Amino acid sequence: MKTCLVVDDSRVIRMVARRILEDMDFQVAEAGDGADALAFCRSTMPEAILLDWHMPVMGGPEFLRRLRLEPGGEAPRVIYCSGESQVERIREALESGADEFIMKPFDAEIVVGKFAAAGLA
Amino acid sequence: MTPKERDYVAGLCASLAGLNIETERGYMLESGLGVVARREGFGSIAELVRTVRDRGDERLVCEVVEALAPAQTAFFRDPDVFAALGAELEAASGRGAVRVWSAACGTGQEAYSLAMLLEERGIEGVELFASDLSRRAIEKARAGVYNQFEVQQGLSARRLVRHFANVEDDFRLDPEIRRQVKWRRLNLMDAAPGLGSFDMILCRHVLASLLGPARERVTACLVSALRPGGRLVLGVRETPPATCGLVSVPGAPGMFEIPAKVRAAA
Repeated sequence: MKTCLVVDDSRVIRMVARRILEDMDFQVAEAGDGADALAFCRSTMPEAILLDWHMPVMGGPEFLRRLRLEPGGEAPRVIYCSGESQVERIREALESGADEFIMKPFDAEIVVGKFAAAGLA
Repeated sequence: MTPKERDYVAGLCASLAGLNIETERGYMLESGLGVVARREGFGSIAELVRTVRDRGDERLVCEVVEALAPAQTAFFRDPDVFAALGAELEAASGRGAVRVWSAACGTGQEAYSLAMLLEERGIEGVELFASDLSRRAIEKARAGVYNQFEVQQGLSARRLVRHFANVEDDFRLDPEIRRQVKWRRLNLMDAAPGLGSFDMILCRHVLASLLGPARERVTACLVSALRPGGRLVLGVRETPPATCGLVSVPGAPGMFEIPAKVRAAA
């Protein structure tokens, strides 16, 4: 079973994402910010990461930059899940190493489609 | 809605557009007609139906039928189909000018997916036509502006940033892509659409919503608009009426053609 780490400072978003991802047969882990997420990845590198942009302590962009420098950190597919909807921001996310981008609010159909587009079908 | 009102509306949709409206699914009817009633300033669906029946106002009749026609669509719906279409169009464009028709295109996502595919693969010399029963759908398609939910249905983030720009809370497709598609309001039940002949016609997830005779009539109309060797593309789980002489193209999901020996005999 593949693991997806959900990184978001909102407990509600983590809960909604967990339900959708478990229905997609992912084992789900959660982190409330980039620093906790990085600590998790150092012990268990997940196959997929659903990543919020703005978070306290360490935001999505800083987490992603550091993740990609970790041993094995190139491997996880990273799907941003953010309230950002500016095309320039999405372009920036892709250029910094994200594989896909989900704009909040989202539903199961969108998550399934985006994970498939990121090669996680 | 009363059973009599439901039957009347279903009959209207059947006679004008061949639509198979399941009257037992009353909530579907009420949801579609409720939108029209509110937009047109009627106090109730009953008042709308009464006015349509008594006055027969053509515009209002069209609004009712169009509101009940299936409209679900998405960018790059069934990605495997688009991979096959890309390969087909690339091969066909090498042999000369290619004409493609997205029939019953809804709000345009299918036709624009093709236009994006052509741009990404550098395929030139392909003319894209798109038609739909609904004037409102064609207006929206022509504008090429989609909301956040629509651009997340089948469109990858890479395609979004390549082909779209923000416009207030929505996303507008690149004018160069928009210019690739010619739009027409068209009822597939009408005789000879007058668009000429095509190398490829897409009519996906439409036949299942039609009554049997309408399904045969529409398919025959589409087949008559195919050039020799042309392909008809249906939904991946759809099959054409047996009477139309179409056979599936091996390895290409939802794709059908008229065998050469059948064409020669016709």
